[in-house]
Amino acid sequence: MPSLADTQLSFTRALRDPAAPVPAGIIAWSGNAPKRRFDVYRNNVYSSLADVLAGRYPAIQRLVGEEFFRAMARVFIDAKPPTSPMLMQYGEGFAAFLDAFPPVAELPYLGDVARIEWAWSRAYHAGDAQPLDPARLHAVVPEAFAGLRFVLHPSLHLLTSRFPAFSIWHANVEDAAMPPIDLGAGGEDTIVVRPRLSVEVRALPAGARQFLDTLSRGERLDAAAEAASATDGFDLELNLRELLRLGAFCDFTSDEGGADDNN
Amino acid sequence: MNKAKAFSTILVAGAMATALGAITSSPASAADDMEKCYGVSLKGQNECKAGPGTTCAGTSTMDYQGNAWKLVPKGTCTSMTTPKGHGMLEPMDS
Repeated sequence: MPSLADTQLSFTRALRDPAAPVPAGIIAWSGNAPKRRFDVYRNNVYSSLADVLAGRYPAIQRLVGEEFFRAMARVFIDAKPPTSPMLMQYGEGFAAFLDAFPPVAELPYLGDVARIEWAWSRAYHAGDAQPLDPARLHAVVPEAFAGLRFVLHPSLHLLTSRFPAFSIWHANVEDAAMPPIDLGAGGEDTIVVRPRLSVEVRALPAGARQFLDTLSRGERLDAAAEAASATDGFDLELNLRELLRLGAFCDFTSDEGGADDNN
Repeated sequence: MNKAKAFSTILVAGAMATALGAITSSPASAADDMEKCYGVSLKGQNECKAGPGTTCAGTSTMDYQGNAWKLVPKGTCTSMTTPKGHGMLEPMDS
C-alpha cells in the first residue's frame, strides 16, 4: 500500500504531465478508459485555472487575443501552479512571467499592464477602510497644514511604468474600439485604490508618485511636497484636491508646532 | 528644523485651502482634472468568478497543449501605434 504522500506525488505528476502514467488506483466507471478520463480531468484543471487568469487579466487577454492567452496561460500554470486553495489569490507573478516570456518580448508593456490588473485584484479583495472625509481638514488651522502626516488608504497601490500602461489598460477594459495609443508617448504612473465599494484606477499627474511615496513613509506634507517638486510640473493643489476626492487617504495626524518649521 | 523650505507653511496652507475650497464648492459630478485628462473612474473591470473549476466547461474544449509558440498575438496589441509604425515595439533591453 503506497503512502499518502506517494499517492499524492504520483497524482500531481500525472496531472502535470500528459505522458505520465495514470496514477495507481484511478478507475473509471466505464471500466476500461481511465487514461481518457484522467485526460479530461487534467484538461479541466488547466482550463479552470486559465479561466481564473483570464478573469484576473482581461486586458492582457484582449491585447494578445484569446487563443494566444490560453496557450500562454498553460505555460504559466505549469511554471506557477496554485499554492493556495483560494483561487482569488491565484495569478501572482503573471506580470514577471510576461516580462520574461520570449514570445511576447515585442510587447514589453504587457507586464506593467498586468501589474495594474493584479493591483486591481488586490485592492478589490483588501479589507474595507473608510476614506478620509475632507471636511475633517476644516478643523485644522492653516498654519498646521504643512505638518500634517497622511495615512494612505490600505488598499492603495502605486505603479510606475516606462510605457503608457494606464492608457493601454484603460483602452482594453472598455468595450469600445481601441483608441490610438502611441507607445512612444512615455511612461505613466497609476494609482489603484478601493476607497468605497469599487476599485478606482487613475493615471497620476506629474510628481504624484514621489508625493505619495514620501507621505507613505509617514513624512510631513511639506516634506512630501518638497520631494515631489523635484519633478517638473508638480502641482500641490491639484494633487491634494484629486487625492482627497479620490479617497486615497484614510486618516491624518497633526504635528504640534508645525508652524515653527518655517522661517 | 529651521532651514528654509521651498514649500513653506504658507504655500502648503494656501494649496490646501484652495483644494478644500474646490472640493466643497463643487459637487462630485463637477469637472475632475484627473478624469478630464485620463477618462473615467472605472467600475469593476473584471468579475472574479466565484467558482472556476466547478463547472464542466473544460470538458468541451481541449486546451492547446505543447508547443504554443508558433502562435502570434492577435489581439488589440496589433492596433497600437509606435514610433516605428504600428503594432509592436522592439524589446527595450539596452
